[in-house]
Amino acid sequence: MSHQSAYEPKTGIEKWLDARLPIVRLGYDSFVDFPTPRNLNYWYTFGGILAVFLVIQILSGVVLAMHYVPHIDYAFDSVERIRRDVNYGWLIQGMHANGASFFFVAVYLHMFRGLFYGSYKAPREVLWIIGVVIYLLMMAAAFMGYVLPWGQMSYWGATVITNLVGALPVVGEGIKQWLWGDFAVGNATLNRFFSLHYLLPFLIAGLVILHIWALHVPGNNNPTGVEVKGKGDTLPFHPYYTVKDGFAIVVFLLIFAGFVFYLPNALGHADNSIEANPLVTPAHIVPEWYFLPFYAILRAVTFDFGPISAKLGGVLAMFGAIGVLFVLPWLDRSPVKSMRYRPIAKWCFLIFVIACLGLGWCGAENPDNLVFEFGGFGMPFVVLSQILTAYYFAYFLVILPVLAYVEKPKARPESIEASVLGSSPAAVPAE
Amino acid sequence: MTDHTTEEPTRRDFIYIAAGGAAAIGGALTIWPFIHQMNPAADTLALGSIRKDISSLSVGQEITVMFRGGPVFIRRRSEAEIAEARAVELGTLRDDLARNANLPENAPAMDANRVLNPEYLIVTGICTHLGCVPVGNSSGDYGGWFCPCHGSHYDESARIRRGPAPENLPVPAYIFENDGAVVKLGATSEEVAAAGWSVA
Repeated sequence: MSHQSAYEPKTGIEKWLDARLPIVRLGYDSFVDFPTPRNLNYWYTFGGILAVFLVIQILSGVVLAMHYVPHIDYAFDSVERIRRDVNYGWLIQGMHANGASFFFVAVYLHMFRGLFYGSYKAPREVLWIIGVVIYLLMMAAAFMGYVLPWGQMSYWGATVITNLVGALPVVGEGIKQWLWGDFAVGNATLNRFFSLHYLLPFLIAGLVILHIWALHVPGNNNPTGVEVKGKGDTLPFHPYYTVKDGFAIVVFLLIFAGFVFYLPNALGHADNSIEANPLVTPAHIVPEWYFLPFYAILRAVTFDFGPISAKLGGVLAMFGAIGVLFVLPWLDRSPVKSMRYRPIAKWCFLIFVIACLGLGWCGAENPDNLVFEFGGFGMPFVVLSQILTAYYFAYFLVILPVLAYVEKPKARPESIEASVLGSSPAAVPAE
Repeated sequence: MTDHTTEEPTRRDFIYIAAGGAAAIGGALTIWPFIHQMNPAADTLALGSIRKDISSLSVGQEITVMFRGGPVFIRRRSEAEIAEARAVELGTLRDDLARNANLPENAPAMDANRVLNPEYLIVTGICTHLGCVPVGNSSGDYGGWFCPCHGSHYDESARIRRGPAPENLPVPAYIFENDGAVVKLGATSEEVAAAGWSVA
């Protein structure tokens, strides 16, 4: 780690262990004594919340796997049995299903936090990229997990999403059958999804360790975006941030508990209470809420683009929406990290958040339905998704690169300490 | 390592390359079984063919048969439907290929290339957009099938006419047996060749 270790083993056994495996020292340096900027606000607590939810998902998932049967004839009934007959199964299944949603709530807030405070910029590019990989693995784990209860939405969601691969020229059909292990989504598909759904959280846990490692080399970013300069800028992680994170975790868990106990099915889809039927397609296939913005981007491409068909174009746009995050550190060249001091970028970011929420709304609607109707004139949802998709990409590919050169940032505080204690006026003048 | 100044490759260079090459090829060969195990297994491939008695179908009736994990539509079409399907100009079609497993890949999409017996239309019931099952019984704007997922319309010959789907519903390999009373889905290429399929 980047700072001098202050761990001093006191007892004999601590000294003995420290000379052989300094694991207590690692924990002490990383989570007790670690110097953390003194001005972190509650937006910075979602990392800790995410760690808690990874543990909740793994623990509840291991228990569910003890009762679940990954076979198309038994999967649906085994989940119903868990919810009705297995001791506390209703609780653990509810935690796992709602835990996925809350995991995504936290990860989206965590990502928006990083986007607003410029946490992806040097020297934290690798930290950011590992984060995007974790997000991709989370999406894969969530998608495959949603297939396991083998309800109608499980089956048809899996069918629609795996069919996306078929949009690839030449190799698409072969890859599709390779993914399915059959000529359609079937038992082979369910089995492998179960296997991979069990594997992915452990890969995520490994990447989380890398994520924290990559965080602890440069140290935390902070709401001013001004790097740590001296001892006065930081506080030890414990007790200051263990307590702050702990408080945020308790509040978040309270809301989570509210859903688990009182609204256990509110975030799910009623069609998933019907067992999968390969002969009947639900009237309206929608993914879980956390995929809706990407589903809207997928369906926004309704036109052929040169040799690229509309179907392939939609797939490329959907994956491009995540792919662009990987290169974001090199798209936004502004030296000012925090948007507190970027008067134009701040508003563009706010519109970006609204665009993401709007895409989620579009993803939940039938593309041909009208957003509004006004004297015989109306706008279908597909048009709104096209506008918002255009803004989504423009934010990364046009707005941020251009603003780096044309925006005049406001004055930043001289140091974190100065910004907190208000001792001296801004020493870094406006440009 | 010792500093070699000789230009000639040494025995050690050879051993390096041979060992490295063997490790790379061996690694690639070991990976293949782990990839190929995910492809359809022998028993899945051996599902082969099924037979369905269609003699009891009345005109205008449509049934769905499960074949290889997915639906196959069998529709006994009326004279009017056949006439309408045959009257369509090829130029107005979104996809001008027949997509018929019994005919060459470049066969054009006229109705005659979509059926063996014009009275019975037999197609795979999986939308070519994203794999939903279209709703039948002359629904949609073109008198055939309509996919509720993303709004694709298919005509009386199950050809795509409007919506996001790129291709016509494909025709599986099949033949008739017992003087047309039974359809055999998943017919072999020899059986297909002997059944009288030909490009119109």
